[in-house]
Amino acid sequence: MPKASTAGDVTLSVTGVSKYFGGVRAVDDVSVDIPKGDIFAIIGPNGAGKTSLVNMISGFYTPNTGSIVFQGEDITERRPNERAERGIARTFQNIALFAGMNVLENLMLGRHVHMKTNLLKSCLYWGPNQKEEVRHRARCEEIIDFLKLNDLRKQSTGALAYGFQKRVELGRALALEPTLLLLDEPMAGMNAEEKEDMARYILDVNEQLGTTIILIEHDMGVVMDISTHIAVLDQGMKIAEGTPAEVQADPAVIKAYLGTTH
Amino acid sequence: MFHRESGYYKTSYASDSALYPLPVAKWAVAGFAVLFFVVAPLLVSSYYLTILNLVGIAVVGALGLNILVGLTGQISIGHAAFMSVGAYTAANLATRFDLPFWITLPSGGLMAAAIGIVVGFPSVRIKGLYLAISTLAAQFIIDWFIVHTPAISGGFQASIQVPRPSIFGVVLDTQRELYLFILVTVVIAIVVALNIARSRVGRAFIAIRDQDIAAEILGINVRRYKLMAFAISSFYAGVAGVLYTYYSGVANNEFFPLVVSIDYLAMVIIGGMGSVLGAIFGATFVTLLPITIDLIMSSLGPYLIADAGSLSGIKSHMRLILFGGLIMFFLVVEPEGLNRLWLNIRSYFRVWPFSY
Repeated sequence: MPKASTAGDVTLSVTGVSKYFGGVRAVDDVSVDIPKGDIFAIIGPNGAGKTSLVNMISGFYTPNTGSIVFQGEDITERRPNERAERGIARTFQNIALFAGMNVLENLMLGRHVHMKTNLLKSCLYWGPNQKEEVRHRARCEEIIDFLKLNDLRKQSTGALAYGFQKRVELGRALALEPTLLLLDEPMAGMNAEEKEDMARYILDVNEQLGTTIILIEHDMGVVMDISTHIAVLDQGMKIAEGTPAEVQADPAVIKAYLGTTH
Repeated sequence: MFHRESGYYKTSYASDSALYPLPVAKWAVAGFAVLFFVVAPLLVSSYYLTILNLVGIAVVGALGLNILVGLTGQISIGHAAFMSVGAYTAANLATRFDLPFWITLPSGGLMAAAIGIVVGFPSVRIKGLYLAISTLAAQFIIDWFIVHTPAISGGFQASIQVPRPSIFGVVLDTQRELYLFILVTVVIAIVVALNIARSRVGRAFIAIRDQDIAAEILGINVRRYKLMAFAISSFYAGVAGVLYTYYSGVANNEFFPLVVSIDYLAMVIIGGMGSVLGAIFGATFVTLLPITIDLIMSSLGPYLIADAGSLSGIKSHMRLILFGGLIMFFLVVEPEGLNRLWLNIRSYFRVWPFSY
């Protein structure tokens, strides 16, 4: 398999990673290099190990074998919150917003790693803490403008429509100002119009902020349109990698998706 | 009189997150300040001031438990044990080293916080009912340890006489003076709780309550913040324990049994989880309810039951029955607590006379 780019501008390097659940090999010896500034799609049939792979990148699973190197640093043993501090953000397949808080507070939580207020300063609030709150609030407002969430600022996220919840979750991940953004099925359950909006946001994030994006998505039309590179997983193994055109033409991919004639 | 805001006029982010978003709230708070600081100590009789003192102590304790249970979503059935820790810490410091209240009060809180962190360690690994049981164990272990360590409990009957606190040489030995002392502590406790809730730390707590996985992915060190919540909650409990000790003049473990832990849990639930105002409502409600029931039974009872002996028997049972019944009633009618009830009333009058 040809590597997509040279090692110099690789944001994330996954090498020989496996994850076993008992006898099930959810991910089996997968290696991918994610080039800087890429929109890198991971596709594959259900149960192929896409989410397991993303969970290992974001830190929820520790791989049984292999290593994960982010910007030159081995993060294989790092906890999820430590990876967030280093600039990895993600969204979830099943939305994981803080339902008890409003949109703004959810976004402010995205700023958590950039804020410094400790417990003692929190008790006082006024002074440096308030200044910090205001400064980060301004950053959140930029994201609110960007994602057109202005009317929903003070709405409780639990009561929002599904499409908006997905958008808020993207906003929360963006508030972290990530170097690497993992999107686990950002368009699942959306109608065509919402999908188009979301695809536009993903492209904008990539182009305007230079964020490297790993995308898991089932809608092949979207994947082929917006991604620069694609890796195909099947039964835990990587069966193909390349540009959308290369992957579409790959016989192994066609076999995995459509089956072969007998 | 009824005029309210006609739109949204905030022009800075700071004013948008102010404690009182509306001018009317500022006036209400000023009104309450005058009522509690000036009117109450001047006009209320000593008996009712003792009740207000009990309410104040309960508010401090409930605010602490609310941070743990309401904001962070962890459960603790050992709150009273931390009050006990605070009480005995202060009692020992005050009697052995003759230290003033402004040292014993925070020391009691800090000691309780330190032990709270230890008790909170299981929360790193376990959740829900299992955590509840482990904090229940803490309640009994701490209680047993204090009683059976004469160096802490003062030996026989685990009771230590504590001198009244004094400020600038003035000994606070009447309920009126103690009332002002407790009130100032309560105000500080409320302001700190509000500030924590609206800043980075408080948001991290709520994030852990709502979605601990997503909290971790945003860079929140879930373990550290859980222990921090235990520490803050126990600090409040410790301070409440110190206040109770100064209030009663004695540190005694019998003031802080398991039932008190349950009472505090009830305060947080009835008041409305996760809201500072709710904790205040809940603490007031749970403290006043038995007293009110007693009062009603004493005045109405003789007309209903002639025999004085059976009346006093019925009275104590009636208290428990009504207490349990009312808690169930409130949870069914308004599971989100008294705070939600208040918000509903407020928003009704806010748009009055229109329905929305």
